[in-house]
Amino acid sequence: MGSEFVMFSLTPMLIGVLASVACALPGNFLILRRQALIGDAISHVVLPGIVVAFLLTGVVAAIPMLLGAAGAAVVAVVLIEAIKRLGRIEPGAAMGVTFTTLFAGGVLLLEQSDTSSVHLDVEHALMGNLESLVWLRATDWSSLFDPWALAGVPEELPRIAVVCAGVILLTLVFWRWLKISTFDEGFAQALGLPVGMIGMGLVITAAVAAVAAFDAVGSIIVIAMFICPPAAARMMTNGLERQVWWSVLFAVVAAVLGYVLAGYGPLWLGGDNAVSAAGMIATVSGVILALACAFGPHRARVGARAEA
Amino acid sequence: MTEPSVTLAASGGQAAAPARPDAALSLRGLTVSYGEKPAVFSVDAAFPAGEMTAIIGPNGAGKSTLLKAALGVIPRLSGEVSVFGQPIETVRGRIAYVPQRASVDWDFPTTVIDVVMMGLYRQVGLLGRLTGALKARALSCLDRVGMASFADRQIGQLSGGQQQRVFLARALAQDADLYLLDEPFAGVDAATERAIIDVLKALKAEGKAVVCVHHDLATVRDYFDNVFMINVRRIAEGPVRTTFNGETLNATYGGRLAATHIDQLNLVEGA
Repeated sequence: MGSEFVMFSLTPMLIGVLASVACALPGNFLILRRQALIGDAISHVVLPGIVVAFLLTGVVAAIPMLLGAAGAAVVAVVLIEAIKRLGRIEPGAAMGVTFTTLFAGGVLLLEQSDTSSVHLDVEHALMGNLESLVWLRATDWSSLFDPWALAGVPEELPRIAVVCAGVILLTLVFWRWLKISTFDEGFAQALGLPVGMIGMGLVITAAVAAVAAFDAVGSIIVIAMFICPPAAARMMTNGLERQVWWSVLFAVVAAVLGYVLAGYGPLWLGGDNAVSAAGMIATVSGVILALACAFGPHRARVGARAEA
Repeated sequence: MTEPSVTLAASGGQAAAPARPDAALSLRGLTVSYGEKPAVFSVDAAFPAGEMTAIIGPNGAGKSTLLKAALGVIPRLSGEVSVFGQPIETVRGRIAYVPQRASVDWDFPTTVIDVVMMGLYRQVGLLGRLTGALKARALSCLDRVGMASFADRQIGQLSGGQQQRVFLARALAQDADLYLLDEPFAGVDAATERAIIDVLKALKAEGKAVVCVHHDLATVRDYFDNVFMINVRRIAEGPVRTTFNGETLNATYGGRLAATHIDQLNLVEGA
């Protein structure tokens, strides 16, 4: 656990942790608003956005891809709202229709276009390439203080760090608005709060987190992290503040444990190859949710909505 | 039935009544529509301060819609709303709103005192500190509705009546001059109904305006000073003593109330 860890595991693990936390935080509010699927939707629609960005620019570069993904996410959100309103369909169905259609469109585009020469394929879109985000300039822990080595960290790391910090800041600043408009929208509106803007801001924040995380870790983690840590956290406590802390803890545990298990678990079991870190992180988050369902102190009330 | 002072507006199309300057809440030409059909059509109303008014009408008559549209909770197609003679946006701090209990998810992870503190959000703003003094005020509001000992309970553990009292405590924390309540007595136990009406009467005695969407015609005479009868359009409006009678009830409920039922209400002259 010395130089090898710093070089090959530290950065992917950090990226996994930051991506998980960035998704889990807005996930808390999305779940309470019964909009959890929106994270799922966004992470799916990112694919066509990225493919279109690639087709337009011809390069695999971060900025156009992020813009493409963000554009697709906005298109999806607008489409979902339009389908919901015009078709008078329940939100879950509207999201389902939108994201499967756009994702399928993305797959078709990907097959039709000549992306074989670049690292852009369906597998990458699903699972990301967490393992490849290594820090080659690092020698050991002292590299953390070496400017030359620090300049060589994978570009995904600072990007997801900035997004994660932004999500944390927004959650703190708008805490009261988020809480009250999630609990009682009518009352929030009567207070004069900009309820529509708060809801839209939450979805946009989730979209930015999803796009940044997708870039680094693929859509599997994004989908899992929007739902599993907050849902498990809800069963640990009956207070929103504590729920959010629990969700962050679960997200971190899932990311670290998942990464370690994926890298070393198969070796411990006598296998030869590591398994996908993204897949394992998502799996661990699912296991945490299952454990919370089985043993969480406040599991009884979840889903038991007041009949009204 | 001979009641000369009743305003019957069922025929519609009349010129809008001038807004009463002394009204706590006045509406002019308020129209709300869900889709094609108007839910509330061209309604004028004036709810006076220092009095309690019941908004009554059949299901789907637009009672709750009227309140929500007045507050801007749902968009209005047209119409003017003024509160104490001012545009509503400038006086939101003087309005307390109690939504229907069933409109929120009581499984939400929060405590009773937390919900009451939401009534203080306007004063403390986004990042202002919730001081001990503010918390003490929230507790005293809970005490007024007899729920102080429940402060730290999770809201999902409350009975329907207790939930309603917590909502009322939140409105009290707002320290408003106009209280708008959407069916505060729906599905609550007798003790809660008593507790709520006592608080509302105390508010009235302090000179506040209290407006309730109300379902139980049997209690209108006991609880309220005024009645506002609506069935999409305004049907009648005035003091309970003169306005709440068989004629206006028939006009409001479209003959759906059996005559015997109206007799049981022991209206007007009999009382």
